[in-house]
Amino acid sequence: MRRFFLIAPPYAWLLLLFLAPFAIVVKISLSDYALAIPPYVPKFSWDEGIGAYLSQLDFENYIFLTEDDLYWKAYLSSFKIAAISTTLTLLVGYPIAYGMTRVPSEWRPTLMMLVILPFWTSFLIRVYAWMGILSSEGYLNQLLLWIGVIDTPLIILNTNAAVYIGIVYTYLPFMILPIYSALERLDESLIEAAEDLGCSRLKAFWLVTIPLSKTGIVAGCFLVFIPALGEFVIPSLLGGSNTLMIGKVLWEEFFSNRDWPVASAVAVVLLLLLVIPIVLFQRNQQKQQEAEQ
Amino acid sequence: MVHARRGPSLTTVEFEPWNDPQAKPLIHFQNVTKRFGTFTAIDDLTIDIYEKEFYALLGPSGCGKTTLMRMLAGFETPSEGKIMLAGQNIVSVPPNKRATNMMFQSYALFPHLSIWENIAFGLKREGMAKANINDRVDEMLRLTRLEQFARRKPHQISGGQRQRVALARSLAKAPKLLLLDEPLGALDKKLRQETQFELMDIQEKTGTTFVIVTHDQEEAMTVASRVAVMDHGKIIQVATPDRIYETPNSVYVADFIGDVNIIEGTTTAIGDDSYSISWADGRAPLTANSNTPFSDGQKCHLAIRPEKVAISADEPSEVSNAVQGKILDIAYLGNISTYHVELPSGVVIKAQAANTRRISRRSYTWEDTVWLSWTATAGVLLAS
Repeated sequence: MRRFFLIAPPYAWLLLLFLAPFAIVVKISLSDYALAIPPYVPKFSWDEGIGAYLSQLDFENYIFLTEDDLYWKAYLSSFKIAAISTTLTLLVGYPIAYGMTRVPSEWRPTLMMLVILPFWTSFLIRVYAWMGILSSEGYLNQLLLWIGVIDTPLIILNTNAAVYIGIVYTYLPFMILPIYSALERLDESLIEAAEDLGCSRLKAFWLVTIPLSKTGIVAGCFLVFIPALGEFVIPSLLGGSNTLMIGKVLWEEFFSNRDWPVASAVAVVLLLLLVIPIVLFQRNQQKQQEAEQ
Repeated sequence: MVHARRGPSLTTVEFEPWNDPQAKPLIHFQNVTKRFGTFTAIDDLTIDIYEKEFYALLGPSGCGKTTLMRMLAGFETPSEGKIMLAGQNIVSVPPNKRATNMMFQSYALFPHLSIWENIAFGLKREGMAKANINDRVDEMLRLTRLEQFARRKPHQISGGQRQRVALARSLAKAPKLLLLDEPLGALDKKLRQETQFELMDIQEKTGTTFVIVTHDQEEAMTVASRVAVMDHGKIIQVATPDRIYETPNSVYVADFIGDVNIIEGTTTAIGDDSYSISWADGRAPLTANSNTPFSDGQKCHLAIRPEKVAISADEPSEVSNAVQGKILDIAYLGNISTYHVELPSGVVIKAQAANTRRISRRSYTWEDTVWLSWTATAGVLLAS
């Protein structure tokens, strides 16, 4: 009985705030577009009964998703952008996390603070700030022109490069923190043992440090990849007209086309696609916990 | 726990290369000093360690013994001085290029690798052929009796087994010198004692030179061919375990190794190597022999081990030293008892006696007046 009360709140939370809205979205995705408020049919009425209501639902919208190549191209391109930016975030984040564990321990809280500090400002404002930096008249181009590295301004804003920069910048703390926590637990004598047994510094890093921070790397990659896949704000503010991401398609479907049923179908498919990495992530966490016991 | 060291085999003479002027040391520290900022961890130290020795560095924490070992492994470089390994200065050689291996206090087993892979780690770095690696790892597994654990991960075996894996891994590359940093510190007492003998066996089988760092004097005495007692970055005495125990060269060593009574007094020569020691006012002087000369009126410390002090109810006859006192405390340890006897002057002297009779038949108890006695050669006379 006590156990029931302990596990009830998270399940109630999940049911109320995830499963119920998701069921509504699934229902809308099976409906048809209509000029109405809200813009779809059928609507449930007690007179017709549940049977008649359910019989009007169909998979038409899902079939539509396979017919128009915009959608699978958007999914594919989202995957590509998320994967590339996750790799870039790892390449930037790992050295930072590694560096944080190398400094004297009294410095670490300060550095940790600096990593978390950007969260204190609105995400939207920070992305707008990047527009100011990356635009053709922006600070970056002004600096490069002033130094004399370039003669004509670089076009960065409204390209995929700007999207990568935006994602790496925004999600960097999610990469740094799990890697840092894995590296911080690393016993320094393991590195010394590896050196003692004939490894150079670099080899010891490759054979001991990297494998022992693997759980942190995997956790960080998932924490970046999953939200990056459905990212909407960054591609729409920093990306160009040819930056195709499913989050943007979803937004346009909902608000520009007002085709709620198709938009819902896009959302449901996105969620199903995300379930795969989420399950993999969970398994990684579980494995990590088992290893620690 | 004083353990007589055996030679390489029974037919050869006692293993004492340090007494052989022809013998070349494997390790030679020459005026080595190590400073960390303003702190001097090792202070102008010169020692020799010979091949096949089991050399123990013994001292309290912070005495510099770990720093000394880390300099041998290559993790620290001396601020001054030279470290010679087989005639070659190794000060600038990085740890991965040294013919030494180290067994870490925490064992430092790689948690992501199996026992087999842990032992093979160093061999793979050498670029050894695969078949040879297999043979060598199997040999190490046999030596440390770990055959059935080869596929397990370090967290799946017990502390004692982990200790043996660490030993096997550090021995796998057949180093000229094996460094052991508090190798038995994490084991419980019984396992530690068993493992001490195992270590000695393995050292003899492999013929490797071992340098062990420990703060446990019993452990050092048990395993080592020679013990170096350290304090504040200096070596106080280097000698075989029995000499360290029987003839300490200072009050510090006498006090650090085992239990000891220290009596302060002043010497007067009464014959060759024989001295009369006047101590607490009004007491009859004590007699003691000493090879080191003392001048008349020189302050001295007489160090006597409790087991060399006899205890009796009646006044003993024909002994050089006898004092009377009252039993203050009895520490009963089963096989032996330690009696704390207070003399009228307030000095407490410890005497140890084997419990050869059952405890109910013991002839003295608390508050009894007893006689303590010892011979002139029982103690060691030390200058202040």
